[in-house]
Amino acid sequence: MKKILVPIKMVLDANMRPRVKADGTGIDLSGMKLSINPFCEIAVEEAVRLKEKGLAEQVVAISIGPAKAQDSLRQALAMGADSARLIETDGPIEPLAVAKLIRMVVDEEKPELVILGKQAVDDDCNQTGQMLAALLDWPQATFASALRVEGTVVHVTREVDGGHQTLSLPLPAVVTTDLRLNEPRHCSLPNIMKARKKALDVTPVAACGVDTVPRLKVLGVKPPEPRKAGRRVADVSELVGDLRAAGAI
Amino acid sequence: MTLLLLADHDGHTLSDATARAVSAARDMGGALHLLVAGENVEPVAKAAADLSDVDKVLMADDPALAHMLAEPVAELLVGLSADYTAVIAPATSIGKDILPRVAARCDVMQVSDITRVIAQDTFERPIYAGNAIETVQSTDRLKVVTIRSSAFDAAPPGNASAPIARVSLPAGAWKARFESEELTKSERPELTSARIVISGGRGLGSAQAFQTVLAPLAECLHAAIGASRAAVDAGYAPNDLQVGQTGKIVAPELYIAIGISGAIQHLAGMKDAKVIVAINKDADAPIFQVADFGLVGDLFTLVPELVHALG
Repeated sequence: MKKILVPIKMVLDANMRPRVKADGTGIDLSGMKLSINPFCEIAVEEAVRLKEKGLAEQVVAISIGPAKAQDSLRQALAMGADSARLIETDGPIEPLAVAKLIRMVVDEEKPELVILGKQAVDDDCNQTGQMLAALLDWPQATFASALRVEGTVVHVTREVDGGHQTLSLPLPAVVTTDLRLNEPRHCSLPNIMKARKKALDVTPVAACGVDTVPRLKVLGVKPPEPRKAGRRVADVSELVGDLRAAGAI
Repeated sequence: MTLLLLADHDGHTLSDATARAVSAARDMGGALHLLVAGENVEPVAKAAADLSDVDKVLMADDPALAHMLAEPVAELLVGLSADYTAVIAPATSIGKDILPRVAARCDVMQVSDITRVIAQDTFERPIYAGNAIETVQSTDRLKVVTIRSSAFDAAPPGNASAPIARVSLPAGAWKARFESEELTKSERPELTSARIVISGGRGLGSAQAFQTVLAPLAECLHAAIGASRAAVDAGYAPNDLQVGQTGKIVAPELYIAIGISGAIQHLAGMKDAKVIVAINKDADAPIFQVADFGLVGDLFTLVPELVHALG
């Protein structure tokens, strides 16, 4: 195939503990480490592997987010993507609007395959890939743990509640990644240097002519109910006694 | 106000997640219709009709619906959606796959994985792996919502069966094709609805130990077995046992974490369990911060001791 499009999102680093803002309006990201969403990193890796196997000619990474998301796009370029595009936004943007913006880019770039993360670990929505497939009227395979391209067909093994399911999709198609699809590479310094010279095109969201007005009103964000502190037990018999007393067994 | 709930099933049995989603639908208010889509699903439709609070069951029986693939099921739901104020589904792998497709076709922003209904249009949902709870209000005419089933009790059987009406799948050229499936067979209770869950982590050290250490305990407590991501990645346990942010979310009466350190992603999947027990040799493991009862020591001696004490 000629081209794979990989939409990625920059999120609060998965190893950082999120802090709820004191005024309850959201999560405080000031001074926090932001990284490429883990599922998106897996998507970039898979696309680059397909290119390295000679199954795709070009990998284009795209992000929809703040100017800082260029860092995540540079990482995708360092991993092996050929070029990148940022649609720059200045506020929160919902999966439906993101899917509409990616559809616009698909119309321009004409990829045969879009690979993206199944879920962003900040809003945990798990929607964008399926929405994009619907807007394009393309087939979809979500939660991929294995992917094999054969001519104009992609065979995708999906992680489902009962085990695994394998689908075949004629291209063009949308695939969303699960954790076990691959282990993303570490970027070498020469590749990071090379990535600085690759094309990264920035378009303001206002120039796209896509309705991005939020449909959901966030009325508040609060920390979860804390669990009451537990205690250490000395041995198995104390544990069994406690569990019986608590009515747990 | 009528809600349409997509029933989750495996072709033969209505899932417990469906009965739990019925409770969430009841909290939203209004009449409730259940859609059972599949091939030869009359027994499933009958089970759906027997749940309390269900006013009507729509049954779509078509070979093209056999594996509940996203394209035909979403198309069916889009076609039916004009008559409803909300389209909802439990956030199982089927619901998560299909509902955003319906939402986009209807130009609606979905509300994913709700844990509480505040009003017909307002919901609580966890974000950041459950490290924050967001309250959101949908401004779309149609609400498209997925339900975190562990946050709701299962609807009991009702006094009378709801009527079952047949609906047909519109003709379409579905592109994705089903090739095969490998489903894990187990005699144990289903992970997301079990009263007791025994979960193993990397501390077990091998696939063999995962089985030989955990199975006797699961046996004597009639428990389901779960796993941490680390244990699944290491190949000790199959993927469908993974408990966590992106795996299964469980809220059993008793959760016993064995050899699990307690990464944020794992805690997101189990911290709503009523009682949490942690057994780990590392006294500083984060799992102890959420455990009601913590036992520090070697799991290879403590777990057999526990089986013996319970025996």
